[in-house]
Amino acid sequence: MQLQVPGPWSLLLGRLTLDQIPYTNPILQVTFAVAALIGLVIVGAVLYYKKVGYLWREWLTTVDHKKIGVMYIIVGLVMLFRGFADGLLIRTQQVLANGPHAAGYIGATHGFLPPFHFDQVYSAHGTIMILFAATPILTGFQNIVVPLQIGARDMAFPYMNAVSLWLTTAAAVLVMISLFVGDFSQAGWVGLIPLTELPYSPGVGVDYWMWAIQISSVGTTLNAINMIVTIVDMRAPGMTWFRMPVFSWTTLSTNIIGLTAFPVLGVALALLGADRYLGTHFFTAGMGGNLMLYTNLFWIWGHPEVYFLILPTFGVLSEVIPAFSQKPLFGYVTMVAATFAIAGISWLVWLHHFFTMGAGPDINGFFSVATMLVGIPTGVKVFNWMFTLYRGRITYTVPMLWAMFGLFLLLVGGLTGMMLAIPAINYTVHDSVFVIAHFHCMVLMVVCAGFAGVTYWFPKLFGFKLNECWGKAFFWTFAVGTVTVFTAMFALGFEGETRRLDWTFNTAWKPMLVVEEVGMIIYVLSLALFAVMLVVSIRDRNKQKLAADPWETSRTLEWLTPTPIPFYNYAVTPQVNTRDELAWRRKYGMEHTKPDAYEDIHMPSNSGLPVILGALAGIWGFAMIWRIWWLAAISLLGVVLIVIIRSFDKNAGYHLQPAEIEAMERDLSIGAITAEQPDRSHHIITHAEAH
Amino acid sequence: MAHDTAPTANTRLFRPGYEGHNQISARTLGFWLYMLSDALLFTALFAAYAVLDTPMNAAGGPIASQIVNPVEGFWQTIAILGSVTSYSLATVAMKNGNRGGTALGIVAAIALAVVFLAFGVNDLTTLAAHGDGMDRSGYLSAYFVLILTHAIHMGIGILWMLVMLVQIPRYGFNEMVVARMLNLRMFWQFQATVWVCVYVYVYMIGA
Repeated sequence: MQLQVPGPWSLLLGRLTLDQIPYTNPILQVTFAVAALIGLVIVGAVLYYKKVGYLWREWLTTVDHKKIGVMYIIVGLVMLFRGFADGLLIRTQQVLANGPHAAGYIGATHGFLPPFHFDQVYSAHGTIMILFAATPILTGFQNIVVPLQIGARDMAFPYMNAVSLWLTTAAAVLVMISLFVGDFSQAGWVGLIPLTELPYSPGVGVDYWMWAIQISSVGTTLNAINMIVTIVDMRAPGMTWFRMPVFSWTTLSTNIIGLTAFPVLGVALALLGADRYLGTHFFTAGMGGNLMLYTNLFWIWGHPEVYFLILPTFGVLSEVIPAFSQKPLFGYVTMVAATFAIAGISWLVWLHHFFTMGAGPDINGFFSVATMLVGIPTGVKVFNWMFTLYRGRITYTVPMLWAMFGLFLLLVGGLTGMMLAIPAINYTVHDSVFVIAHFHCMVLMVVCAGFAGVTYWFPKLFGFKLNECWGKAFFWTFAVGTVTVFTAMFALGFEGETRRLDWTFNTAWKPMLVVEEVGMIIYVLSLALFAVMLVVSIRDRNKQKLAADPWETSRTLEWLTPTPIPFYNYAVTPQVNTRDELAWRRKYGMEHTKPDAYEDIHMPSNSGLPVILGALAGIWGFAMIWRIWWLAAISLLGVVLIVIIRSFDKNAGYHLQPAEIEAMERDLSIGAITAEQPDRSHHIITHAEAH
Repeated sequence: MAHDTAPTANTRLFRPGYEGHNQISARTLGFWLYMLSDALLFTALFAAYAVLDTPMNAAGGPIASQIVNPVEGFWQTIAILGSVTSYSLATVAMKNGNRGGTALGIVAAIALAVVFLAFGVNDLTTLAAHGDGMDRSGYLSAYFVLILTHAIHMGIGILWMLVMLVQIPRYGFNEMVVARMLNLRMFWQFQATVWVCVYVYVYMIGA
């Protein structure tokens, strides 16, 4: 059944025609030129240095959790940059388009973005920042750190781990393609209903939004399964539950949330898809549809998703703060309990996103109280961190600065959240930029903890630290930019500015809009400093040779591995004797003790199938968006075939021999990096002999 | 630190020869977790059905009591439970190392699943032919999509069984084949459980 969609449709190309490519738009011309230039430079560099084979063997086909984690973080950082560019466009438009006499440029009545384009920009900003920047970066950390922290050699399902990564990447690519082919959704990142229905959004924008989220959420669900099984099943001997580092605890709780919440999002979007593709009436404005059904389903996922983002960053703070206070974490057990309390309550608060639905005092009262309850375990956590700092030997390294600023943002965001939890206040400020400022404090807390994590674990992965001086410059500009933008935004909320305005009609808002724009310029500066930090650090990488434990005050197991970490992580599985195992070994002078003998290690083989699977999923998404049915059918069939082909794959990995391991460990101890895996074709084993 | 005790002569820092995790148990746990996510998918669909199962959402079209046929649903229930029983007997044969018996059980399970699906497809196409398709009303949308989602799961299960019919003679009962057979049993019984919920919730209460 094919619904009537406006515009031409052909069997070969579906809805795709040449005039769907907005090559006349000057903003997109510049964007395309920059994107094409960066793409050409990267492809050129890979070809010039003859790294195609290396890229394929060591990265694209890898099943190593560390490399997969690094690629997650790269995808996340690219999308973070894209999302920031969208934010910059929003802020600039609002300050230019202020008041009835604001000038208009390049086709807009006020400012430089016509409403339809502006609406796409803020929808893309929200979708990208939540689902394609924050989520991959945090998933990347979990991938890298958790197996190391619990003393495992890999994830429970290394192949499925690669599948998750490539599904997420395919979805991110779809979002990027929407810039240059067709439109993106103009209906907000939440998909305002019934605006997303076919009669009101007949273009492909909503389809891009919908299918990209759908594909990435399959990846996230698979990753959640993988993480939970890894933590439950693969902890090193002696690592009882209450010896597990808090980051691993938060990863466990966050993935329980992810596993249970993402299917609901999948249903919400699939039902919307049924409305748009099959003509059903789940959420339509007439014919027996129910608008609030969508809103409820979306936020039943949406609120747990918020904690899905913030819990791992609580874990990062719980690693960074003890390491740079040189004290064990205060109140470890209460920290774990608080983590799970937050995860549990996250399921009971979704309605606070739409108190104004008018469900009545009983229902609003319940959700108001449930929302305030979140403050209790979160307060426990904040006090635990403060007591960890209390009388500690604090060193203000870059990760510690990020963690401190993260705590500040958590406080501001948390207290304004308590205000919003009161329905009486919420009715007044609903959909005002006060709400926007509140949740940006929270997600910027996530970003701060993210940068704390990047600087903290970077030397473990790559063998050199990020430059401290430029790192501090980056931090301070970022912090000042944040405070400038969002203090002004809180004020604008009280002045009555509503969200998503392409034209800020009230001239009284002008001063604060200008302050926000100044803050954005400081942000741009901080991004430049971030780039400088990366370049300087990579240039000077050989000036410092780092030992296994570069910070010398870190406490958890991951710092026991050599730096950089060999692909098999631990030559011999460590025995865990206590919580904060590394701090304990250091205290008794045992952190450099090596195992007496090596034994062979069973490793999984690389596979090209996950990246092909991701490509097919991306093609399928593109075909569905443009209603190219033959291509959708072929690519879906390809996905099914690859799953079946994989089930016939008898390659169950290979064994590393003790002599090889000894040689590699020796190389590592004298600082010679063994990046390449040894040729192991003669060690390949099949299922029959594997077990 | 709570557990800070000094190392002794017996303290071990490494555990050579540590077996690590068991592949089968990891895969089983992973599959249980997948089914948890699948259960939430059906939960959301049932919730949507509950919300849209009102005369207002029928928008002048038929309501539940006018379209569901509990007698037909009863035969469907018998077919799907029979399919689960056949599959379970196949796993009993697997335990005895009987390849032929296993294959026979799987073939019977597939046949009964096809009978089940034939009833469902007939039901939906008849409705659609009378102009009461999924695009008629919010209520019918929920009805069709709930039944179809379950049917798609059944179809995937049948495909999986066909793959097993190839792998059993090819590889015998090796570790991976057995793991897949056991996970498929969970999957198949779960689909039957979902159907029982559909039967009670849609067919019996609706009638």
